[in-house]
Amino acid sequence: MKKTLISSPYIVWMIVFIVVPMAMVAYFAFTDGNGNFTLEYITEVGQYSNIFVRSIWLAAIATVICLVVAYPVAFILATMNKRHQSTMLMIVMLPMWMNFLLRTYAWMTLLGNNGIINTVLGYFGLGPYKMLNTQGAVVLGMVYNYLPYMILPLYSVMVKIDKSLLEAAQDLGCNSKKVLFKVVLPLSLPGVTSGITMVFVPAISTFIISRMLGGGSNLLIGDLIEMQFLGNSYNPNLGAGISLVLMVIVLLIMTIMNQFDSDDEDRVLI
Amino acid sequence: MKKISKIYMALLLMFLYVPIFVLIVFSFNTTKSRTVFEGFTFDWYVRLFQNELILTSLRNTVIISVAAATLSTILGTAAAIGINNMKKFPKAVVMNINNLPIINPEIVTGVSLMLLFVFFAARMNFNFGFGTLIIAHITFDVPYVILNVMPKFRQMNPNLYEAAQDLGCNSFKAFIKVVLPEIMPGIVSGFLMSFTFSLDDFVVSYFTSGATSQTLPITIYSMTRRKVSPEINALSTIIFLVVVVVLIVKNIIENRSVKEEVR
Repeated sequence: MKKTLISSPYIVWMIVFIVVPMAMVAYFAFTDGNGNFTLEYITEVGQYSNIFVRSIWLAAIATVICLVVAYPVAFILATMNKRHQSTMLMIVMLPMWMNFLLRTYAWMTLLGNNGIINTVLGYFGLGPYKMLNTQGAVVLGMVYNYLPYMILPLYSVMVKIDKSLLEAAQDLGCNSKKVLFKVVLPLSLPGVTSGITMVFVPAISTFIISRMLGGGSNLLIGDLIEMQFLGNSYNPNLGAGISLVLMVIVLLIMTIMNQFDSDDEDRVLI
Repeated sequence: MKKISKIYMALLLMFLYVPIFVLIVFSFNTTKSRTVFEGFTFDWYVRLFQNELILTSLRNTVIISVAAATLSTILGTAAAIGINNMKKFPKAVVMNINNLPIINPEIVTGVSLMLLFVFFAARMNFNFGFGTLIIAHITFDVPYVILNVMPKFRQMNPNLYEAAQDLGCNSFKAFIKVVLPEIMPGIVSGFLMSFTFSLDDFVVSYFTSGATSQTLPITIYSMTRRKVSPEINALSTIIFLVVVVVLIVKNIIENRSVKEEVR
């Protein structure tokens, strides 16, 4: 039975629109405008190491904050009364369905120098504080946008934990703190690792959040790539080089994260 | 303990919803001020529906999302059937390539497709527009269709297909009568996922759209770059209401099907 033949249209599609474009990124990264081999652009990426460091640093902070904030949320949701669970989950996830540009725009109006937060603080004789166009605002934007990506995998792992295990641990003399560290935490590790990847990857490659909330002075890798393709400094070769380095960073993070979870079956995909 | 978790959830919901409610409140403000509420008006909604640019880009978004989701579902379902029958090694290769657009940062997917389109646009004489957008959307949609459909084959009893053939179905009829209903839930959720991803996509569209084929997210982006206009707030309010209604309906349908299964 030649049933595999039916997938050939997509195989062709995949080669033309996934494999070839990726190969083109690699080709552009290692050649100059005339198609000659060069390492010029890859080495030029080194000049932007400060932007890479900033992107990794801000994305890492945002990921840690997401993890710390989301872990209790997922736990509360998973241990909640079954009847309210799905409704509560829906309420927590609902903002994610709004376009992220609008969510980020909302923070622009809140954080501005004449924004609502500063106005309210003004009533108490405080401020105004410069909040918009700072690195803190960029991290806040990342946390606000990507928090659901952390809650969801954590929740779906925790909801599967057998409740009798928690009771057994308590019967055997664990206090609630010990139950958390000895039972819940190890069992939720696959959720932690996939949550970290799902937040870190979009956070490190974003270019809108940094532009809307970080002003012009907090460029991230994404902004740098965008500038090479659609901005004033049109240079697809350099842009391809930066993209390639970004891909390597992302792959590295994912490999490291995969080391931690042995159980491939339980991996949660978006 | 219960009390602490209630307070915690309340704080979380405040963090999640206050920005959105502020947006909504100021969509009814008479002036452009974003801090002081000076009076109630529907003006910005009226202006929104007179804004040619927004209406065209909304139409573009719907056309592209429907086209991309439909084509992706067909392409992806066919692919899933074939991949399911592959031997272990080719299957692993195909699935790994299929996962690339999911794993890759969106901006890299966008940039790589842009490079491809620029290369061919010059040689084959076409422009960036609906064509490039739909191709790009299909490329990031199909992997999700496949990921939704594939597990359904694993859950299916493989003997059913053979039983249908033993009972006199030819292989096409056996597929339509037996296999298709079994994998249907996967196809439907694959379609819905593709559709929402296409509706919401900004990054990939940003790199693959032409000047004449802006989608709604791209228009929203250019609006936030220019001077403040409460039309964005009005648009946000409408989108928020649509999302709320859709999610509530989805929840009701799911609850009902759960109840029917119980019966």
